[in-house]
Amino acid sequence: MRENGARRLGALLRKEWRLVVRDPSSLAIAFVLPAILLWLFGYGVSLDPRRIAVAFVEPVRSQATRALRAAFAGSPWFEVVELRDMRMAVRLLDRGQVEAIVRLRDDFADRLERGDAPVQVIVDGVDANTARIVLGYVRGVLTQWLARRAPPGTFAAGLRPEPRIWFNEEVNSRHFLIPGLVAIVMTLIGALLTALVVAREWEQGSFEALFVTPVRPGELLLSKLLPYFLLGMGGMLATVGFAVWLFGVPFRGSFAALALVCALYLLLALAFGLLVSGAARNQFLAAQITLFVAFLPAFMLSGFLFDLRSMPIALQWLSLLVPARWLVSSLQTLFLAGDVWGVVLRDAAVLGFGAALLGLLVRRQLAKSLE
Amino acid sequence: MKEAIRLENVSRTFPQRGQRIVAIRELSLSVPVGQRLALVGPDGAGKTTLLRLLAGLLAPDTGRLRVLGRELPAEAAAVQAEIGYLPQRFGLYDDLTVAENLTLWADLYGLAREARRERLATLLQASGLAPFQNRLARELSGGMRQKLALAVVLLRTPPLLLLDEPSVGIDPLSRRELWELTQRLVGPETTIVWSTAYLEEAERCERVLVLQEGRRIADGSPAELRAELAGRVFRLVPGDGRPRPWFLQFWRHPAVVDVAVRGGALRLVTREPGKTAGLAPDLEPVAARLEDAVVARLAALDPPSPPDPELPRPPVRGPEVVIEVQQLARDFGDFRAVDGLTFSVRRGEIFGLLGPNGAGKSTTFRMLCGLLPPSGGRAEVLGFDLSRAARHARARIGYMAQRFGLSPDLPVRANLAFAAAAYGLPLWRRRRRIRELAEAFALLPVLERPTHELPPGFRQRLAMAAALVHDPEILFLDEPTSGVDPLARRAFWYRIARLAEAGTTVLVTTHFLDEAEYCDRVLIVDGGRALALGEPARILADTRARHPEVADLEDAFVALLDERRRARAA
Repeated sequence: MRENGARRLGALLRKEWRLVVRDPSSLAIAFVLPAILLWLFGYGVSLDPRRIAVAFVEPVRSQATRALRAAFAGSPWFEVVELRDMRMAVRLLDRGQVEAIVRLRDDFADRLERGDAPVQVIVDGVDANTARIVLGYVRGVLTQWLARRAPPGTFAAGLRPEPRIWFNEEVNSRHFLIPGLVAIVMTLIGALLTALVVAREWEQGSFEALFVTPVRPGELLLSKLLPYFLLGMGGMLATVGFAVWLFGVPFRGSFAALALVCALYLLLALAFGLLVSGAARNQFLAAQITLFVAFLPAFMLSGFLFDLRSMPIALQWLSLLVPARWLVSSLQTLFLAGDVWGVVLRDAAVLGFGAALLGLLVRRQLAKSLE
Repeated sequence: MKEAIRLENVSRTFPQRGQRIVAIRELSLSVPVGQRLALVGPDGAGKTTLLRLLAGLLAPDTGRLRVLGRELPAEAAAVQAEIGYLPQRFGLYDDLTVAENLTLWADLYGLAREARRERLATLLQASGLAPFQNRLARELSGGMRQKLALAVVLLRTPPLLLLDEPSVGIDPLSRRELWELTQRLVGPETTIVWSTAYLEEAERCERVLVLQEGRRIADGSPAELRAELAGRVFRLVPGDGRPRPWFLQFWRHPAVVDVAVRGGALRLVTREPGKTAGLAPDLEPVAARLEDAVVARLAALDPPSPPDPELPRPPVRGPEVVIEVQQLARDFGDFRAVDGLTFSVRRGEIFGLLGPNGAGKSTTFRMLCGLLPPSGGRAEVLGFDLSRAARHARARIGYMAQRFGLSPDLPVRANLAFAAAAYGLPLWRRRRRIRELAEAFALLPVLERPTHELPPGFRQRLAMAAALVHDPEILFLDEPTSGVDPLARRAFWYRIARLAEAGTTVLVTTHFLDEAEYCDRVLIVDGGRALALGEPARILADTRARHPEVADLEDAFVALLDERRRARAA
């Protein structure tokens, strides 16, 4: 009886593998979609504004104004449009051709000597986030320029800030985004693909037929878990590989820690996919539910794309319920900071608890019955 | 006598939109080991629910249920490990080949390797699937799929075989083969419950159980059921070869319970034995069939419907050709669904397009209605090519889609109102027209009820009324009788006959070949090609000349299909 069980499981696994390989839509979800996401986030999306067009208005040219203009032009962040006339600058801002205006007064040079030279900075505030970043950059250029102008030792109390940025030294948002992508890829394979293939079995009536065989519920469950677990871990490895070797994202943690949190998250996602497909029993509904309950929250509320700390407090609380949030937290730590066990173990514990809970629900749902 | 199945007062309901729908109503049943039981009834009668209860997939609300000596649902796993169950949509994996499907299930059933090889060979041989072992299941025809599904269930020789409409919609030849396959591959001790919509199939079983709305309507051997009709079944050969006027007349006659057209002649069942006075002069008593018995039982339950008022419409008949089809073809990828069909339909004719599922009937239909462009050939309706605009031509045809195409949540009246609006009926005429149709189709008592609550027969009448809302010259009906009980099918053909008498041209598809008898002319198709074209009686006579054993159109179809396959093989 026992070896029969192994044989049944083997047969189910073989079937599962053949179906995945022969069905283009499974292949698309398992391989093509992650590849597109990786390409999109690796090359397309970047949260760092670069080459910001800025109108530099200097009605009267002097050595001082030229030096300040050179400081802007020399910065990697700005593309300077030289202007004499404010009206032209406003027109460019209106048309969205520049993001900001830096306007100097006619008597900028004189007032600079006197130590009282206001510079007007106007920023396009339509996209508030970008506006803040642009404003920060402009300030940065101004202070750096001032500090360099001042003769050594003139700084009042001898205070000299020497900023260092930790973890993401290049302040490159790609390094922050791509680790989070692993969570998205695993949500796609674990929840969406699993939900679809199981719902398809309900639609075709193959579950109804399988139930009336000696197959045990546990075998049926394993035959769905194992292949998609392997596929999901494969997707994770591929994404990590691309992140490190193609996009040059540093990986500072240990592989064991990565495997631990990813495996726990994947189990949770698989259990979720099984639950949804069992409740919906048709592919369309299963896809809708997975999209809204698993995929979108993984995208929006996991800290993968948007900073959780800047969200309203209610959303921050809600994000605690989003499993992807805990994985993303660990991923970002493992990639950029290293094995910070306090974070990794906490996340692993939460994910493990979630996986166990959903696993129990799945086990209960999968009695061999149509009720 | 050992029992395979025992039901005691079993009931089962399902929640639906706040109410509980009763699927099985206090059913008691005892089936001895080795009995072949046919389960008969229209859609929604409770056949599938009963089979699922027997398979341990559903638990009864009340009552006791024992299968193979085990209590259900408590011992469901043990029962499921033993029995063979073929659900309506059997879970063949489309992306696996025939051989892969078979080995998968063989492994799941835990068949020993040596025994398995032998059994697989037998099954492939018997089912005729041996040459197609490496074909994907999705590429099989409907008949072959069902044979494969049956082969999978018969990998073991289960003590109990539950088959849920295994033969629905497949061609009559495959249907017969499926039955023979089952008989050949199971032992005499195997109990079989075979649910079916085809009464001639049920007639081959030892016992027939007829369900209607979860209740037992009839239960007994075919001979017992037929015996109730001794002296009540008669045959009449119309002198002029036109059975339709007689059909219309007998339908309304109070002394007649049932009338049908078979082999160009009329079969009628009288209310009482021998009482034929005033019906017709040359009635010839004949032996009853199971179908007569079942319809008589159903009719006895049904209150007599009020006489139908005339549909107001001047009769138009004539030699005028209203549908002209030449060398019509349609490809889907490299699959040719329709392969060079040629036929024409005259005004006022009932023209039947007959054949099994997948024969190309619906594809032809959609091309005629302009819903699908042809890949080759020509199709004109009222002189228009409907695939190229011709909106006003479309306003002159009515279309009843497969599965009826109604909005299930709307009440009956709203469905009719929607059809009236969609066909552009002027506002001031809508109210009266809906009233007229509701009267003509006996829908008045249910006008305000949500459509999904109605039995299939009512939904069918409603769909037909909706297609007639703008009084079209041509009516297209796609599988209008699928899933409704035999009595409702009779009533349906009665209405069609009346419409045709009043001059409406009717084009109808069906996979019930016996329904061809109600048509003036039929085109029988298989695999997208024409098998026969002409008057049913003529086709029957021609085929009989070559094959004297042919009794009705279904036999004729089987003979013609056999001829074609032989010709192809030669």
